[in-house]
Amino acid sequence: MSDRIEGVKKLFTSKSARVETNKGDAYYDKLFQTCQARIEELKTQQPINNRLDIGDVLETQGIERRDFLKWASAVTGMLMLPASFTPLVADAALMMNRAPVIWLELQDCAGNSEALLRSDGPKIDEIVLDIISLEFHETLQAASGHQAEKQLEEAIEHFKDKYLLFVEGSVPLGMNGQFGTIGASGETMHDHLVRVAKHSAAVVAVGSCATFGGVPAAAPNPTGAVGVMDVIKGKPLINIPACPANPANMVGVIIHYILTGQVPELDSLLRPKFAFGYRIHDNCERRAHFDAGEYVEEWGDEGAKNNFCLYKMGCKGPMTFNNCSIVRYNEGVNWPIGVGRGCIGCSEPDFWDKYAYERPMADAKIKAPTGGVEKTVDEFGLGLLTAAGIGIGIHAAASAFAGKKEDGGEA
Amino acid sequence: MAKKHIVVDPITRIEGHLRIEAMIDENNTIVDAYSSSTMFRGIETILQGRDPRDAGLLAMRICGVCTGTHYQRSIEGVEDAFGITIPKNARIVRNLIQGSLYVHDHLVHFYHLHALDFVDVVSALSADPAKTAQEAQKWAKVAGTTPYIEGEGHFAEIKERVAKFVKQGRLGIFGNGYWGNKHYKLTPEQNLIGVAHYLKALDIQRDMAKMQAIFGGKNPHPQSIVVGGVTCVQDIQNPARIALFKNLLKESTEFVKKAYLPDVYMAGTMYADEATDSKATFTELMQGKGVGGTGGGLLNYMSYGDFRLDDTGFYKSALLFPSGIVYGGDISKVEDVDPEKVAEDVTHSWYEGKNPLHPYDGQTIPKYTGLDKREDGIAYLKTNEKYSWIKSPIYNDTRVEVGPLARMVVGVARKDERITKYVTNFLKRGNLPISVLFSTVGRTAARAIETELMADVMVEWADELAANVAAGDLSTWTEFDFDKVSVKTKGMGLAEAPRGALGHWVKIENGKIVNYQAVVPSTWNAAPRDYKGRLGAYEASLIGTKVAEPEQPLEIIRTIHSFDPCIACAVHVVDTKGKELGVYKIDTQCSI
Repeated sequence: MSDRIEGVKKLFTSKSARVETNKGDAYYDKLFQTCQARIEELKTQQPINNRLDIGDVLETQGIERRDFLKWASAVTGMLMLPASFTPLVADAALMMNRAPVIWLELQDCAGNSEALLRSDGPKIDEIVLDIISLEFHETLQAASGHQAEKQLEEAIEHFKDKYLLFVEGSVPLGMNGQFGTIGASGETMHDHLVRVAKHSAAVVAVGSCATFGGVPAAAPNPTGAVGVMDVIKGKPLINIPACPANPANMVGVIIHYILTGQVPELDSLLRPKFAFGYRIHDNCERRAHFDAGEYVEEWGDEGAKNNFCLYKMGCKGPMTFNNCSIVRYNEGVNWPIGVGRGCIGCSEPDFWDKYAYERPMADAKIKAPTGGVEKTVDEFGLGLLTAAGIGIGIHAAASAFAGKKEDGGEA
Repeated sequence: MAKKHIVVDPITRIEGHLRIEAMIDENNTIVDAYSSSTMFRGIETILQGRDPRDAGLLAMRICGVCTGTHYQRSIEGVEDAFGITIPKNARIVRNLIQGSLYVHDHLVHFYHLHALDFVDVVSALSADPAKTAQEAQKWAKVAGTTPYIEGEGHFAEIKERVAKFVKQGRLGIFGNGYWGNKHYKLTPEQNLIGVAHYLKALDIQRDMAKMQAIFGGKNPHPQSIVVGGVTCVQDIQNPARIALFKNLLKESTEFVKKAYLPDVYMAGTMYADEATDSKATFTELMQGKGVGGTGGGLLNYMSYGDFRLDDTGFYKSALLFPSGIVYGGDISKVEDVDPEKVAEDVTHSWYEGKNPLHPYDGQTIPKYTGLDKREDGIAYLKTNEKYSWIKSPIYNDTRVEVGPLARMVVGVARKDERITKYVTNFLKRGNLPISVLFSTVGRTAARAIETELMADVMVEWADELAANVAAGDLSTWTEFDFDKVSVKTKGMGLAEAPRGALGHWVKIENGKIVNYQAVVPSTWNAAPRDYKGRLGAYEASLIGTKVAEPEQPLEIIRTIHSFDPCIACAVHVVDTKGKELGVYKIDTQCSI
């Protein structure tokens, strides 16, 4: 737990939230060679699950090579790699069938499974039928009962040490784990997770609950819920937080894994930097209004009608790291700030107790994660939020002042 | 008396975690059943002490499938407590967000969570594509339309795609299904139609979700609703957004009419012998004649009503789906719903408490008493004691079923013009007696009828929104003085989720939530026995069902799925005396 808090602290107090997108030619040359070698090696192997090569799929679907490369180029950008990596990314995508996936649901609402269903690059029917090998997924699979349990056991055995384990939902530890049981034997979610994780190649925690505990872990955390990283040790672990996680980031992690054979570069909270190295605020479409001191002051006011900045209505974009201001949701149709609500910080730890407020941080009564005494942000123990909150507050005030001056002193 | 003790665990293709134990007699007929949810999160407890304006976003996370429904009910509960009436634009936007969810959710449920109970994927491989195209014509004609997929060429391509997939050896999510079970009743051609639409629906549902995202920001878990209104003012004042919504709706509607409805006719007809043992006509039913086919269950149906059609405020405005309660399948009578008569009992639930409590006074204090004996790797429920994390809701001291079927039944009983028209048209086109509705198949049909109705009516709403904005009304929020209205108050958000009657009850003091209770559709339907030993809707619906092959309890899964459970499950079947006279652990039946 203290590691986690230290991690948050480091993140918020670091000089710049920006990701290093250019690490120098030497770095990328070396990485290119590594990836190239891996791709060549993969090409010599049969798809471990006998899935079709996506190349055949594209052909049968009548998708042009050029369109496919366009998509691969976008993914390359998303993974924060130079454009020269595009052919390698395309090759990696063609071999996504080398990555069998087992998907577990613990203390969940199935929101991340639903998000996966909305995947558009590649589309979900391709994912299910042709691309990855989704070996076990309770919400989607046909088998029930013992047949389902057997399906899981067989997949673990067949793909021993090769499968990616996606986990959705938190792990209740209270009452010896009995707040959640799965299967005929009444196995606790904790034991279920540990058993299935044992022979995975890597564990991918998807969504706010699996990463940092999410809703069940919100104060007073009645079931002692924790994220997967608090239970699984000694395995490569990737956190893809947000409520729900963006399917683009799920696919990105799989492609990166195929491409490099490794987990992507992670931040201190184990989030891939390619997706969580961006601060919402830095790429926000309403950022110019923040800088100009133009704010929505009340729902439905003139500021709202003119798409002004939502900071004063509680937007937590300045404290939140995620690529939703770039990738957006549902094939780019919209995102929370687009819809005039503001960010609730859902990719940050403990956001239900720290960020999901309809007020700016500076005014928020912070509910301590312990569920104890409530304090204002200035009194909040960690200090890290104070630093971020006040910093933003000062900037906001200064911008507001600047804005008013420009209006010709009208105040 | 050869008795069997069969264990099936877990049932999949649902949301969440649920276990059912049932008892079968020597004829493989279910004589008793127990329903148990095996996961607890404590969201009601987590909501206590929070600012009521923040409750909606958190309460929404009760479910990521019927996403946005809990959000609206929670916000409405607070608005009801504060006495706020929202502006017209906000009402329509909320209806559009919720309506999109109905269409999306019902479609995903039918194809991806339920269809494999009717459709044998493997059988589709022996279909003749030319005959399949003819078969598709036939069912589309019943539905009064043309097929969504036309021509043998398309069916041949799909068959080839599935064949390629199957040849690879491992079937992924289709692995270990009950394929080849002779109680699948569709022909290979019909199965190919089902599989083709299953795959197409995976694609279509992505677009359907965009409708919710246009005004909600994203799907799952939209974010544009606030106490007092909505925030998506830039999306309502941009004609391109409303046009995009209408285009997506058109695309969805086409699939609903040309694929979903014909498929329900096809499945309903092929499984019609299970649907009813009564040939009662519509008129007879209006006179209160008895009904009930396989999976009928409680036959008491309740709807809180949903989709406000005017701006007179909560519980006063006209509704698309009227509220009401029908007892014993007798649609000649309908009673008003009185929220005061809702209570929750915890006699058989893992909570502290004695007497049934109204949700305003409801408590959620866990008292887990564990599972019973463990043998052969199976742990059993203590069915005489507490056996579920779900409470037992009671209305007017009666157990009731909720959901699309309840909404259609109440609508017909209320003589609602629109609902009666859609229900009677559906039955007339399929040449079906209305009594088919009171069954497992009927529950599935009612959902399809409702989907068509929703898709049609939403066009009117989108136009109404555009016209209102064009007339210069951009208001999206009603102002209120939080400090004044939140001193001491209480309110309720009562309406319908896609899965049925959903209520959020909130008590507020000094700007904070002091008590919060949600009674959700699956609580009504998946509840355990109550203090009088009466069965919940799932439990009751399983009684009398014959499980032809107990080692592959297709019939149980079909009936449980027909409710569209919002919980993941486990099903146990034990003999009448609870004796273990043989355990059948089922080997894979997947022979390909």
